[in-house]
Amino acid sequence: MFNVNRRMLTRGALAAAVTIPATLFAGFALAQVEGQPTPGGLGLPNMVTPVGLGTQQFYNMVLMPIISFIALFVLGLLVYVSYRFNEQRNPIPSKLTHNTPLEIVWTLIPVLILLFISVPSLRLLAEQVEVPEASVTIKVTGNQWYWSYKYPEDQGGGFGFDQMLKPESELQPGDLRLLSVDNEAVVPVNEVIAVHITSNDVIHAFGVPSFGVRMDAIPGRLNQTWFKIEKEGVYYGQCFFICGKDHAYMPIVIRAVSREKYNEWLAQAKQKFASADSRVRVAAESH
Amino acid sequence: MASSTMAGAHDHPRGLRRFLFSTNHKDIGTLYIILGSIGGVIGFLLSLGMRLELAYPGVQIFPGLAEALQGADPSMALDAGKNLYNVFITVHGVLMIFFMAMPILIGGFGNWFVPIMIGAPDMAFPRLNNISFWLLFASLVLAVISMFVEGAPGMKGFGGGWTFYPPLSSNTGSPGPAMDFVILALHLAGASSILGAINFITTIFNMRAPGMTLHKMPLFVWSMLVTAFLLLLVLPVLAGCVTMLLTDRNFGTMFYDPAGGGDPLLFQHLLWFFGHPEVYIVILPGFGIISQIVSTFSKKPVFGYLGMAYAMVSIGVLGSIVWAHHMYTVGMSLNAQRYFTLATMVIAVPTGIKIFSWIATMWGGSISFRAPMVWAIGFIFVFTMGGITGVVLANASADKQFHEGYYVVAHFHYTLSLGAVFALYAGFYYWFPKMTGYMYSETLAKANFWLLFIGVNVVFFPQHFLGLGGMPRRYIDYPDAYALWNLVSSSGMIFVTLSLIVWFYAIIEAFMKKRLAGANPWGVGATTLEWTLSSPPPFHQFQVLPRITGASR
Repeated sequence: MFNVNRRMLTRGALAAAVTIPATLFAGFALAQVEGQPTPGGLGLPNMVTPVGLGTQQFYNMVLMPIISFIALFVLGLLVYVSYRFNEQRNPIPSKLTHNTPLEIVWTLIPVLILLFISVPSLRLLAEQVEVPEASVTIKVTGNQWYWSYKYPEDQGGGFGFDQMLKPESELQPGDLRLLSVDNEAVVPVNEVIAVHITSNDVIHAFGVPSFGVRMDAIPGRLNQTWFKIEKEGVYYGQCFFICGKDHAYMPIVIRAVSREKYNEWLAQAKQKFASADSRVRVAAESH
Repeated sequence: MASSTMAGAHDHPRGLRRFLFSTNHKDIGTLYIILGSIGGVIGFLLSLGMRLELAYPGVQIFPGLAEALQGADPSMALDAGKNLYNVFITVHGVLMIFFMAMPILIGGFGNWFVPIMIGAPDMAFPRLNNISFWLLFASLVLAVISMFVEGAPGMKGFGGGWTFYPPLSSNTGSPGPAMDFVILALHLAGASSILGAINFITTIFNMRAPGMTLHKMPLFVWSMLVTAFLLLLVLPVLAGCVTMLLTDRNFGTMFYDPAGGGDPLLFQHLLWFFGHPEVYIVILPGFGIISQIVSTFSKKPVFGYLGMAYAMVSIGVLGSIVWAHHMYTVGMSLNAQRYFTLATMVIAVPTGIKIFSWIATMWGGSISFRAPMVWAIGFIFVFTMGGITGVVLANASADKQFHEGYYVVAHFHYTLSLGAVFALYAGFYYWFPKMTGYMYSETLAKANFWLLFIGVNVVFFPQHFLGLGGMPRRYIDYPDAYALWNLVSSSGMIFVTLSLIVWFYAIIEAFMKKRLAGANPWGVGATTLEWTLSSPPPFHQFQVLPRITGASR
C-alpha cells in the first residue's frame, strides 16, 4: 500500500512539475481507463459523450487557462508590490488614492472576460438541457441505497431491475471496489438515451463523470437528462447527493454496447427481470 | 442597589457579574470571540476526524468513534460509524459558519470595533446585545446535543449536511428528535443574529460621532453595515424555511412533502435565498478587516475608498439574487439556469475591484510586514484562488461536472476556510494588542501563519484534482483511484493542527510576558479611532465625543 502510494506520489509530482498551467488539467493521460476514475488523476476524465466533450473543451480550453492566468497575475502583483514597496526599499509612502482610468479598466476588463466566458457557457448549457429526440428512454429511480432502472415496453423492454453495490467479498478480478454492481444497465452506443430520474425516498443525484451528466433524483419530480455514448465500454458513476448512511455505497454502472448486442441483452434481460418476484421486491422496498 | 444604579453610567462590575450580565460592547465582543474559538476548535476536531478517516480508502475510525462517542452497539458499529461521519460533516458545517466565523467576525470584532471606530461610547441597545450573545450560547448547546439524540432510525445525530434538505431532514429520513434540536438551534442563532443586526444598523446610523459622515466611516464599519442589512433581510427567510420543516415534522403539514402537494425544492429555494447571502455575511466583515490592515501597514489610505464601499454594497445586493446557482442540477428551466449563470458571474466584477484596490493600496506604499499584514496578503491570494474557481462554478454548464463534488469543496474552503479564516486571524493579530493591551510574539504569529498557509493549501488544493476526477463529496469511503490525493489532503492536517497549537501558545505567551502594546503599536498608518484610545480601551470610551475633521480615510 505504502509503496504504491509513494510511486504514485513521485509520478504525480514529476508530472505536475513538467506541465505548464494551461495543460495542467488538460488531456492528462496517466494510465487512464475510460469510464472510471484515474489513480492520482489531475484533470477531467476522458469524456465519451458530446456534452461531456463539450464540458471538457469548455473547462480545459476556456476556464482553466483564464483562471490560471488570473491566479498567477494576482500572485505576481502581490510578489512585486511586496518586493518593490516594502518599507526598506520605499520608506516614504505615496498618497495616491484615486486613479479613475485605472478603476474603469479593472472594472471593464473583468466584464469582457466574463462575456467571453459566457458565450461557450450558454451554448453548452442549452445542449445539456434540451434533450434531443431519443431512441431509448430509461427511467432511473433513486432509493436508500441503490438505483432502480426501468426499460419501457414499447422500446423492447417492459422490465425493471435494481442495481446494487457488489460487496467487497464478491469482487471478481477487474471489478472496482465501491463502483462495481450486480446488474449493469445496458444501453446502445451512438444513440441518444433519454434518462428520466426520480426518487422513492430522499434526494439522490445520478452522476456519471465521463458523460458530463449530473441530475438530482427528487421525490415527486421527474427530471430528465440525456447522453449519447460514442464509445463502447463500461462507465461508472456514483450518487452525488447525500442521502443517508450508505450515500457512498450506491454506484451506477452503464455499459454501452452495439445495437445488436443491446437487442440481445434486451431479450435476455426481459426473461431475467420480468419475473414477478423482482417487481414485488421493488414494490416492497419502496413501501 | 439604588446607589449603584445611580453610579450606573460608570459602573464597572467584576467577575461573573461582569461577563454573565454584561451590557458592555467590549466584554460582549470578548465573549463572542471566546465562544467562536470554542466552536472553531470543536469544528476543527470534527474535520480532523473526517480527514483521518479519508486518509486511506476503507472505513477505519468512525465505527470506533461511534462506539466511544455515541455508545453505539458493537454489532451496529459500522452503520453507526457511517452515520456518525455524516453527522460530523453536518455539525462541522454548522459550527464553522454559525458558531465560529459569524460570532468572531460579527459578534466579536464587530461589537468591539464598530462603536469605537465611529466614535460611539457603546452599541445602541446594550441589553439587546447581551441577549444576542446568550441566545447564541443556548443555540450552540442545542446543536451539540443534537449529535447525541436519535436522528435517522436507530442512529444518533442528524447527518444530512448543513443544508438540511428534506426529505432526508423530514420524517422520511430523520424521524428522531435530532433534527428538531438542529431546527431550534437555528431559530435561536437566527434570532440572535437578527437582534445583533438591528443593533449594528441602529448604532451605525445614529451614533456616529460629529463629523463622521457615512462616507468617512472606516471600511470595516461599512462592511458591518452591509452585513447587518443582509442578516436582517435573509435570516427571517431561514426562520420561515426551517419553521415549515418543523411543522412538517411534528404537526402534519406538508410544505415539503410531494405526497401532500408540497415540494422539496421549495425548501432548497428558501434555504439558499438565505444561504447564499450567508456566505457573503461571513466574508464581508473579512473584506472590511483586510481593508483596514492593508491601509495601516502600507501607511496609505485605502485606494478607491468609495469604490471599495460600494463594491461591498453591490456584492451584498448581487449576492442576494443568485441563490439558485446552488441548484443547477435540480432540473431548473433553461432560462432560469441562464439567468443564474450570468447574475452569478457578475459578482466577480465587484470582487475584482476589491482585490485590485487592495493591491493598489499597497502600490506606492511603505509596507511593513508585521504579522497582520502577512495574514492579509495571504488572504488576498487564497481568496483570489477561491474566487476564480467560483467563476468556473458559476457556469451552470461547467457546474454539471462539479456539482456536489470535491471541486466545490475545494472552492468554498478556499473562500471560507482559507479566506474568512485568514481574515479572522489577520483581525485577531491586528486588534489583539488593542483588546488585551499586550503584544504577542511576532515570531509565533508568523509561524502560525506559515503553518496554516501551508497546511490548508496542502489540504484543499488536491481536492480540486479529486473533484475534476469525479469524487462526490460527503463520502466516508471512496474508490481506490482517489487514494493518492486524499492522502496528500489528509497529510496537510498535520500543519493545520500545529498551527492551532502555535496559536494557543502565542496567546498564552502574550499574557505571560505582558509586553505592553501601548495605544498604537502600528505607527502612522493606523488612523482609525481605536488607536487613539489606550490599550485596552477604558471600560467606557469617548466620555467626550471625538470630533472628526478632514478626510478620515
